[in-house]
Amino acid sequence: MANLLKNRETQLAAVIVLMLVLIAFVNPDFIAPSNLLSVYTESSILIILALAQMLVVLTRCIDLSVAANVALTGMVVAMINSQYPELTLPLVIAAGVVLGTLLGMINGLMVWKLGIPAIVVTLGTMSIYRGIVFLISNGEWVNSHEMSLAFINTPRTEIFGVQGFAIISLLIIAAIYIFTEKRPLGREMYAAGNSPTAAFYTGIDVGRTQFWAFTISGMLSGLCGYLWISRYAVAYVDVALGFELQVVAACVIGGVSIMGGIGTVLGCVLGALFLGVINNALPVIGISPFWQMAISGSVIVIAVIANSRAERKVGRIILRKATLARG
Amino acid sequence: MDGIMSQTTQAKATTGVSWTSRFKTWEAFLLLITAAVFVLNTLASPYFLDPWNLSDATFNFTEKAVVALPLALLIICREIDLSVASIIALCSVVMGLLAEAGFSIPLLVLGSLIAGTLCGLLNGVLVTRFDIPSIVVTIGTMSLFRGITYIILGDTALKSYPSGFEYFGQGYVYWVFSFEFVSFLVLAAVFYFLLHRTNFGRRTYAIGNNPTAAFYSGINVARHRLILFCLVGLFCGLASVMLTSRLGSTRPTIALGWELSIITMVVLGGVNILGGSGTISGVVIAVFLMGMVTFGLGLLNVPGIVMSIIIGLMLIAVIAMPILLRRFKQRRS
Repeated sequence: MANLLKNRETQLAAVIVLMLVLIAFVNPDFIAPSNLLSVYTESSILIILALAQMLVVLTRCIDLSVAANVALTGMVVAMINSQYPELTLPLVIAAGVVLGTLLGMINGLMVWKLGIPAIVVTLGTMSIYRGIVFLISNGEWVNSHEMSLAFINTPRTEIFGVQGFAIISLLIIAAIYIFTEKRPLGREMYAAGNSPTAAFYTGIDVGRTQFWAFTISGMLSGLCGYLWISRYAVAYVDVALGFELQVVAACVIGGVSIMGGIGTVLGCVLGALFLGVINNALPVIGISPFWQMAISGSVIVIAVIANSRAERKVGRIILRKATLARG
Repeated sequence: MDGIMSQTTQAKATTGVSWTSRFKTWEAFLLLITAAVFVLNTLASPYFLDPWNLSDATFNFTEKAVVALPLALLIICREIDLSVASIIALCSVVMGLLAEAGFSIPLLVLGSLIAGTLCGLLNGVLVTRFDIPSIVVTIGTMSLFRGITYIILGDTALKSYPSGFEYFGQGYVYWVFSFEFVSFLVLAAVFYFLLHRTNFGRRTYAIGNNPTAAFYSGINVARHRLILFCLVGLFCGLASVMLTSRLGSTRPTIALGWELSIITMVVLGGVNILGGSGTISGVVIAVFLMGMVTFGLGLLNVPGIVMSIIIGLMLIAVIAMPILLRRFKQRRS
C-alpha cells in the first residue's frame, strides 16, 4: 500500500481525480461519463504523440519535429484526398504513415550514422518539414468541402458509443505497452537510455535503438497527421504549430525522465490526460483560454520538481566510454 | 552520441591554444561560407551592396544575436534556455505596462532588464536548487512566461510608448551604424573578453567539460550556472528593449519562435550543444552568416518559411559536414 502511494502513476491519477472533483464543484456536467469520454477522445492525438515521444526520450534523445511531421503528412494526405477522391481511405492513410515513417527515419539516421545530437537534428528538420508543407501547398488551405466524407468521418465512426479516435489511441496504448514491456527492442530502449555505456557492453547498438525510436515516432506522427486533419477538417501550413512542446510536456508530467531510461506507458498516458483535462475544463469552468498556457507551464515546472527527487541515481563508469568505442 | 563531434572541438577549447590556431578550424570554415554567401548575394542582387540596405539587414538579427552571446556561454556550460523568446515577450509587457503608467524611459529600460534577470533567476534556481535538466525547466517556463503575457494582454496590444523610446530600436549612432548594431559589436567584444580572457570564462569551459571534476577542483558549479541563467535573462531584457522600441508595440506573440533561431545561431557558431566547447568569434560569424542568408533571400523575394527550410538545412549540413569529411579522410588513409 505504501509502495502504491509512492508510485508516480498513482499520485498523478490522484491529482487528476482531485482536479475532476474540483471542476465538478463548478460544473457538475463535466464529470458525466459521456463528457469524460469526449475529453479522452479529444486527448487521443496527444496521447499517441506522447507515447511516440516517450520512446525517443527513453533513448536519451528528443524529437522536436513531431508537430511538423504531423503538419506535413496531414497536408499530403489531405492533398491526395482532394486530388484523387476515388482512392480508398486505407491507401491514403498508408501513404501518410509511410511518409511519416520516412521522415522519422531521416531524423534517426542522422542521429545514428552521423552522431549529431538529436536536439540539433530535430530542431533542423522541424523547420525543414514545416517549410515543405508551405512548398507543396503554396501556402493554400485544403478545406473540408475538398475532402471526401469518408476521409473526414471514418475516425468519428462510433463503435459502442466510442469514437474511432479513442479506439485507435487505445489500440496504440496497448501496442506500445506490449512493445516496451515484452519486445527486446522495447527493452533495449530502456537499456540504451539508462546507461548507454552499459548497453553498449551488453551488445546493444545504442545508435540503432535510437534510430528505431525515431522511426516509430515518425510512423505514429504520420498516423496522427491523418487523424489531426480529419479531426479539424482543414489542412494548412500552421497545423499543430508548437504542439511538440505539449507532447514533451505530457511526457514530463507523466514522469518520463528527459535524461532517458525512465518512463512508463501508463504514466505517459496520464500525463497526456492531465493536459487534456486542463485544456477541456478551462472554458467549462469559465476561465479565459488565455490562462491555458501559463497553467500548463506551471504544471510542467511543478511536475519536474516532483519528479526530480525520484530519479536521481548515479552509476559509475568503469569501462571505457561507449561513445568513444564507436568512432 | 557526442563522441565524434566533441573530441576535436573539446581539445581545441580546453588546451590553451593560441588565438590563431583556434581560428583555423570551425571559424575559418564558417567564414568561408559567409564569404561565399556574400559573393553570391552580390551577384544575385544589385541592391545588396548598398550601405543602407546592409544596415537595414542588421536589424532582423541583432536583437537575436544579443541573446545568442550569453546563451553561448550557457550552452558551453552544459545548460540550455528555451524560454528566451518568452522572457523577451514578458519584458516587453513589463515595459508596456510601465509606459502606460507614465514612467520615464530610463525606468522602462531598467524595468525590462530587472524583469529579464528575475526570469533568468527563476530558471537558474529551478535548475540548480532542484537539480533538474534545464531543457525541461525551460520548456515549462517558456509556456509560463508566454502564458503570463497572454493573461495580461489577451488579444490586446500595449503601444503607449513615450517619444524618444524608439531610439533603441530605430536610432543611429553614426551614419549607417544603428544603435542596435553598435551595441551588438560592443557586447560581442565584452563577451569575447569574458569567455576567453577571464577566470569566469575558464570556469565555464571547465564546468562544461566535466561538471564533477570542476566541482572537485573548487568551482561553485551551481552558483556559476545560476549567474549564467541570470545573464541570459538580463540580455533577453536588453533584446526586448530593442525589439519593443523598434516595433513600437507589444503583443503577446512578440518574438514568438525566436528561441529556435537564437539556438541555431549558437550551434551554427560551433558551440557544442552538449557543452564544453565553442567560441564567441564563431557565434559572431554565425550571426552574420544567418543574417546575410536571410537578407539575400529576402532580396530575392523568397518567403520567410522557405528561409526557415534553408536555415534548418544549413544547421544540419554545417554540423554534418565536418563529420562526413573526417570519415571520408579516415576511409582513405
